Amino acid sequence: MIDYQSMLNDEVKRIKPSGIRRFFDIANEMDNVISLSIGEPDFSTPWHVRQEGIRTLEDGKTWYSPNRGFIELREEICRWLKRRYHLEYEPKTDVVVTVGGSEAIDLCIRCLVKPGEEVLIPEPSFVCYRPLTEMAEGVPVTIQTKQEDKFRLTAKALREKITPKSKLLILPFPNNPTGAVMRRADLEQIAEVVKEHNLMVLSDEIYSELTYGETRHVSFASIDGMKERTVVVNGFSKAFAMTGWRLGYAVGPKEIIGQMTKLHQYGIMSAPTMAQYAAIEAMKNGDSDIDYMREQYDMLRRLIVDWLNSMGLTCFEPEGAFYVFPCIKSTGLSSQEFCEKLIYAEHVAVVPGDAFGECGEGYLRVSYSYSIKHITEALSRIRHFLKTLK
Amino acid sequence: MDRLLNLLDENARLSTEQLAVMLGKTPDEVENAIAEYEKQGVIRGYKALINWEKVDQNKASALIELRVSPKRDRGFDEIAGRIMQFEEVESVYLMSGGYDLAVKVHGKSMQEIAMFVMRRLSTLDSVLSTATHFILTRYKDGGIILSSEDEKDERRSVLCD
Repeated sequence: MIDYQSMLNDEVKRIKPSGIRRFFDIANEMDNVISLSIGEPDFSTPWHVRQEGIRTLEDGKTWYSPNRGFIELREEICRWLKRRYHLEYEPKTDVVVTVGGSEAIDLCIRCLVKPGEEVLIPEPSFVCYRPLTEMAEGVPVTIQTKQEDKFRLTAKALREKITPKSKLLILPFPNNPTGAVMRRADLEQIAEVVKEHNLMVLSDEIYSELTYGETRHVSFASIDGMKERTVVVNGFSKAFAMTGWRLGYAVGPKEIIGQMTKLHQYGIMSAPTMAQYAAIEAMKNGDSDIDYMREQYDMLRRLIVDWLNSMGLTCFEPEGAFYVFPCIKSTGLSSQEFCEKLIYAEHVAVVPGDAFGECGEGYLRVSYSYSIKHITEALSRIRHFLKTLK
Repeated sequence: MDRLLNLLDENARLSTEQLAVMLGKTPDEVENAIAEYEKQGVIRGYKALINWEKVDQNKASALIELRVSPKRDRGFDEIAGRIMQFEEVESVYLMSGGYDLAVKVHGKSMQEIAMFVMRRLSTLDSVLSTATHFILTRYKDGGIILSSEDEKDERRSVLCD
């Protein structure tokens, strides 16, 4: 009999499993559950993009691609970044195409973080930064963002967490789960601190195309002096509704991208070929798809924010991604309690805010990546639930 | 306000308040825009899209191709105008190609539709010939998918896998 526990890597065992697993197990066993918990687009990939994927299969293009990704795709990525965010990168050396943005995040952290160095992680934020940091033998340091700051990272909050061991700052904006975005002025203040303390930055901009209102997304790498300190991670999942294709990329200084490519080469070989051809089509001819989807999300966003506020679940107005992050402190329940009661009483599933860091306690993540009909039904049930609490 | 029309086209039961919030307008502005569209005849009515097969198994419908002889001066308008008066007729289109009018007809049974075509349509003066195609299954109608199984959301929460 093998003692697997002694066989397994202690670091891996120490990583906390997702705290909401049990909660979703409940949801899965129930009938008639209506969910506002999904973190991916409510659209299928645009048809012309899917067709390009189909065509590559018909043509038998079923081989590996170059490790960094097809040069045509890297050129399109650089053109895209220039057109949308005024970023200048060299397709041959500054880009690596990855299996989703997630792989790019992993590669970047592993390439930059030495054992014992601190990685500054604003929370609430997506769940992967902390475990990936731990696997790289780095030390995760949480920076709490607050509703009164519109969940933006402030230079002050960042400064307070800086130590001589600080190495890498994660910038997860537009933010999942809060919907916060950073304006140019906010980024410029962060840039000051980054320069002052010689930090490197991983800017996870996967939701960059989903920002609402007058101002568009500003890439951190476009801030004066930040390009040489920043690895920008982006991808096709959210902008083009291509989650299942698993395709993302990182751009940055060629010295870093070169090392990331090396890891990518040994761990992954190359990103999926079919997805890369489809992505070329998306970047060339997909602007109107993005405009359409953004407009749909924006209408749902207004609807859900207005409705939640009118029910007394106050939420700051999210300006990006497709989530709202209402505060439930007025109910006197914890996030977990609220979500559990809600699912038992009304069969509505939302994600407790503390899944995205301890400071998400007292909040919920509500996704509006659903049809109007679905959202109105779910919100009616939540309203009913709140009445029963009183 | 094309977005207003798109929203109503998708779901005519949204309240004025909901529409206003989604479009970033005031409820009054939305009311006025709808009134104006109704006045202009852009919005012609509101109805539910019903999957009648679920309610009444015997309901039948058919697409009927008509070849007709156009009238001097009035072209196809006169015959189309007569056909659309029948209660059984849901839609009438003038078509390019091998026939002239496409008529969609509802009835309690195929038998009833057959009688309607024989007695009412084919006897009209300018009708030269008819071809009746019964609809066997409606998969999608009016932009709505009517499959018997509700569409399942196959997306999953990546947070808990």
